[in-house]
This record gives sequence, C-alpha cells and structure tokens, in this order.
Amino acid sequence: MAEMVLSGDEAVARGALDAGISGAFAYPGTPSTEIMEYLQDNLEAYKSGLHRAGLPGAMPQETAPGTTPLPGTTPLPGGLSGTIVAQWCSNEKTAYESALGASFAGRRAIVSMKHVGLNVAMDPFTNSALVKINGGLVLVVADDPSMHSSQDEQDSRVLADFARVPCFEPVDQQDAYDMIRQAFDYSEKYEVPVLLRLTTRLAHARAMVRTGTPKMPAPRPKADDPESWILMPAMARGRWRLLLGKNEAFRRDSEETNTLQLRSRKLGVIASGLGVAYFLENEADWIAAEGGAGTGAAPSLLRVTRYPIGHEKIRQLAAYVDKILVIEEGYPFIEREIRGVFGAPVPVIGKMTGEIPLDGELTPETVRLAMGLPVRAQLPPAGIAVPGRPPQFCQGCPHADSISALKEALEGEADFYVASDIGCYTLSALPPYRAVESCVDMGASVGMARGASCVGQKRSIAVIGDSTFYHSGMTNLLDAVSHKTALTLIIMDNSTTGMTGAQPTISPTSQLPALLEGLGVERSHIRELVSLRKNQEENAAVIREEMAYDGVSVIIMKRECLEYLKKARKA
Amino acid sequence: MNYNIILAGVGGQGSLSVSVLIAKAAMKSGFQVKQSEVHGMSQRGGEVLANLRISDESIQSPTVPKGMADLVLAFEPLEALRYISWLNVERGVVVSASEPIRNIANYPDIDLVRAEIRRLPRYKLIDADGIAKAAGNPRAANIVLAGAAAELLPVPVSALESAIDEIFAKKGDAVVRANRKAFDDGRLQSGN
Repeated sequence: MAEMVLSGDEAVARGALDAGISGAFAYPGTPSTEIMEYLQDNLEAYKSGLHRAGLPGAMPQETAPGTTPLPGTTPLPGGLSGTIVAQWCSNEKTAYESALGASFAGRRAIVSMKHVGLNVAMDPFTNSALVKINGGLVLVVADDPSMHSSQDEQDSRVLADFARVPCFEPVDQQDAYDMIRQAFDYSEKYEVPVLLRLTTRLAHARAMVRTGTPKMPAPRPKADDPESWILMPAMARGRWRLLLGKNEAFRRDSEETNTLQLRSRKLGVIASGLGVAYFLENEADWIAAEGGAGTGAAPSLLRVTRYPIGHEKIRQLAAYVDKILVIEEGYPFIEREIRGVFGAPVPVIGKMTGEIPLDGELTPETVRLAMGLPVRAQLPPAGIAVPGRPPQFCQGCPHADSISALKEALEGEADFYVASDIGCYTLSALPPYRAVESCVDMGASVGMARGASCVGQKRSIAVIGDSTFYHSGMTNLLDAVSHKTALTLIIMDNSTTGMTGAQPTISPTSQLPALLEGLGVERSHIRELVSLRKNQEENAAVIREEMAYDGVSVIIMKRECLEYLKKARKA
Repeated sequence: MNYNIILAGVGGQGSLSVSVLIAKAAMKSGFQVKQSEVHGMSQRGGEVLANLRISDESIQSPTVPKGMADLVLAFEPLEALRYISWLNVERGVVVSASEPIRNIANYPDIDLVRAEIRRLPRYKLIDADGIAKAAGNPRAANIVLAGAAAELLPVPVSALESAIDEIFAKKGDAVVRANRKAFDDGRLQSGN
C-alpha cells in the first residue's frame, strides 16, 4: 500500500504488476507507450521489492502449494520466480499473440497498444475471445480522440463489442489502477480476454493513486483442454455459443457495477470515462443555475464503467427524468444503443443530436454547453492572428537530410509517386519539404508504392522508418520481390522508434542488409548511405540510380535519431 | 482553494519539467494535484501545453476549463497569446518569457506580440533567456520563469526550493546551485 503520483498509463502498469502479471507485451504508440516504459523502468526494483517486503504469498513460487512451475524458469535469488517479462514486440499482433501464449501457459499477461494498433491485432484479439483463457489476459487500448498523435479517432469500445468481450473504462487514474486488477480477476473468472480502454487525457494526466497489496504471480497449470483452444470449425461453433452466453453474464455484471443516482428529475446524465470528470466539473454550476442546493439537486447520474451495458438502470433513469444527456468520449456508443430505432420514451441528447460534437475529444466546455450552461466569461482574444506552430523535425534530424537528398534526386522529374508511412518522417509532408504524397497506416508505403508500380506508375518510391518496416513493411517487400515489382524502398534507419520517444527497435541496424537479402532483394540493389547534409549530392545520385532500376531496390539511409542519442547519454 | 495553471511553450523548452516541479511542491504542501500534458508527435518543435490544477479538494477535469486559469505561464510570448481565453477574467495572470522562438515562417512582429501581452489586465514579461545567460546557466530559463511566478502560486517558496533541490539532485550540487540561482533571479523580476 502506497500513495504515488501516476499517469493513467502508469497506473495501469502498476496495477498490472500488483495483479501478479508474468508477461507484458506491446508495440509503442501514443498515447499507450508509457505503460510498457513504466513496466520496463520499474520491473527489477519491483521484483526485489516484492521479495524484500515478504508479502503474504510471497513464498518461492516453485514451492507454493497447488502451482506447477513452468519448465526452464530460473528462480531469482530469494526464490521469486524470474519470469516477469516486459517486452517491446515487432507489432501489436505479435505482442497480442505472445500475451495469449502466456495465458495458455497459465500466467497473467497484459498487452498494450494504441487504438489503431488494435486493427493490426484484430485477428488474435477477436479469435482469442473464443478460447478458454487460462492465465488472466487484459488488453489495454489507449484511444486518441482529437487525433493528437494519430491518423483516426476510432473507438475501441466498438471493437470490444465486435469481439463480444467485456470492456472496462476507468474515469481517473485511481480507477485505472483498481480496474486493471479487477480486469485480471474477471478475465480468469469468465475465461475471456478483457479490454481496458483509456483515452489520451486519462493516459497522460497524472494524479495521486493509492495502490493496494500486490499479488504474487500465481501460475496455473498450462491449458489442458485442446477442445477449447483449437478453433477448428466444429470446436469454434461451440466456443462461439458459449461466448454469446457469457455475454448475458457480462451485462448482468455491468448492471451491478454501473452506478445510478436518482436526484433531479429535470436532467439525467449517462456518462463514462472522462465524460464523468467533465460532468462533475460542471455539476455545481448546474445546481446553482437551477437554483438548487446540495447534491440532491444535482442531475441524476448513471456512471458507466463496464460494457456491454445493462439495460435496467437505464430504464429506471428514463422513467424518472425528463431528458437524458449522454456524455462519452469517442463514438456515440452508449447513445446509439439506448436510442434504438423506435425512439426512447424521453428525449435523448448527445453526439447524435449535435449537443456534443461528433468528432474530437470531450472538453469541459463542450460538456458545459451540452448541460445547458453558459460559456464562462473570457478575455477578448489577441488582436493579432496567432499562427499555429506545427511539429517539425528536430534541429539536425537525420530524416531531414534523407528527405533533402530524395528531393534533390527527384528534381526535374514529373512522373513519380512518393508514399510515406507512420513516423516522424511524415513531417516531410509539410513545408518546406512537401516531399511525400500519402500516409495511411503502418507499412502502407511499401504496399502502396508496389500497387501503384504494378499498374504502371513510374518511379514508385516508398519512404519508411526502420521500426515501421519491421512492424508491417517486410511482408509488402516480400510481395514486391515475389512479383519483381519495380520500386525503390528507402528505409530511414535511425535505430529507434523515434516519434514515440525513442524505444528500441526489434532488430539492430547491423542486421538489416542480411534481412533484406534474406527476403530476396538482390545484394547489388541494397544500398547503404549515411544521412548527412554533406552527403546530399552523393546520396541523391544513388537514389537516382536505383530509381532507374527496373526491379526492387532498397536504400538504407542510416543515422541515429537525436532523441535516441539523448536518451542513451542519460542512461 | 483551487489554482489552475496553463504551462505553454515550444518543444524542448522544459515547460513540462516546470509543471512537475510545481506539482511536487504543491503535493508536499498538502494539496491535491492533477497534471495533464500531451506527448508524441506534437512535441517535436511544436506547441507544448501542460495543464496543472492544484486544490485542497478533489479535482475533476484533467484540463483547465476556459476562463478558469489563474496563471498562464508561457515560455515563449506567442504561446502566451494562444491561451488568453483560458485566463480567469477577474484574477488570471500571464507570466511570459519575452524572447521569441521564431521556428515558423509566419511568426508575427514580436513588438506586436509583446504589445498584446501588455494589453492584458495582469502580466509579467520576463527576459528569461537573458537572465539565465547572465547567471551562467542558459538552460535554466524555464526555472527563471518558475521563479518569476513563485509569488503567485499557492505554494510556499520553500517547497518550490526543495522541489528544485530534489529534481536536480542527480545532476550534482553545481547544477542544483545554478538552478536555485535562476529561481532566485526570477523571483526578483517585477516584469513589465
């Protein structure tokens, strides 16, 4: 038990440790990155702390009654099993599958990612809903409404519903800590993965969190029921029916957990996540505006923390109030479910009726207006235009030099296509560079350049970073090699995942040429350059040479990320 | 007591560190805090915004609502102007660095930017870079600004000082002393 200041991400990580995880797996992505960073930064201290504390149940796992040690595990000095791992993975799909394997082996595991990362992990995610989860499995997804650092603002609650798995949604940092612990118990109780959803402002805001008593990893025997882990059609049909049946239990549990306070009849609020915080921020003003006093005069409130939602409390609320306002971060997910086709017995307002904008994150102001309160007094804005200050390359960034070389190589060419990918180098889309023409999803640069080339596009060029290449670029390159597609792939190898704050990539720079050769790229068309301004002319000449080649060329442009060097110096 | 701070700067200026510094001092003084910041792509040389809320009761929204900021602490003058609508009309104060970071092509005339700040009901414009340089520690401009804002905060100066000691302790005594000097120099600034 301790009090500590934690961000939502850190609270989740700490809660997972205290829930007795053995494995944590992730691919970096804002706003989820700090979950794994916290785990990695604190793992060793945590393990020795657990041991020193002599906690109840902190006996050596190998001798704990009713547990079976995994073969090959090495006990740490003092007997605590050394099998808590926290690892960055190639992508979200591999991370998810590692966590699933840990669950099979009888250990608790957490897998974390940003919202669009779950698209990559959808295959293992949806199918893992059908297996008989053994060690608790919790997927933490951090959504990014308003797209602070993302290409879309999809809502992961929809994907939990799609997979028919329970979704937990905390309101604040304390909730995040408590809920992930509950999520592990829930996962084991119902033998199902649980999705815990965060959003940017919760993930990245810090507040005091009271932690509970840590639980030791308590391994179970590995799954011993092949029928429930082999999803061949005959078995999967039964598992799917079972999952649908469990959903009734999930709804009943949500009904119990989601709290209803019947107070004023004038307004009923259904709120989840940060929507609750923004509602509470404005609650006192609403009471004052209505001429009431005390919490009894506050709007009636249904707090939703778990999905799928129960319906009884919603009916009770609707029978009690004149109007319902739904405040939720992301899609109108609760709102759509309760509105239905045939209309609700009372007016329901929210995102679908325009009281709250459909796009962007909630703010204290949008919620205030939706509650019918006036905007607070403000000073007049500045009398001059205040231009935005978009992000830009760091002073001396290697990507800037690589892009300059590419621009020089393309000078005078009219017919070309430069596909970009997800990473800092996408900033080259902005002035003064305006160097790339598309940026869609992880690894898309290679596939899109290839597809365009297949149908006749001349000088099809893909620009991708090393981390994104390992994430999802390699398979596209294999397609290009197999079909002998003419394309020039520029891998900007800065030895790190730069945009998310310099996490290590899954494979070192030194191995990249061998990897490319292994994928079938001809050795003579794997070119290695150093990204420096003084090399620009030379580098541009190499790019021109390879653009002229009627086959697959890969140009590795190397130089370490400045953030990465800064971080390395600190360490 | 509720005290709301907007910390606004440009990536790399150390505005998030000052948010941590004040938050630490506030907690040591028995307050609750909520601190919110944006990470990721926007940090690369772009606008950096941190919200810090200090209260003796529980805090709801992680961000400061518009019209509710007691202090806009700006590490760059144009960034101060971006958050005018967050200022509390009756008591909001802007404490801003006076020297621009012109990393955008359409940066307005700096005299006009400063004139806009001077038009505000309560402000302090501080040559934080100059003061930090004169003190021999050009990297401590952010701490100079923290010093300039110190008297406005609901936190005792001694708590801020010990937070500085704690944060810089790892870097050795010389760095701690330099930052304490930057903080003291900042406190002496009346700003105009």
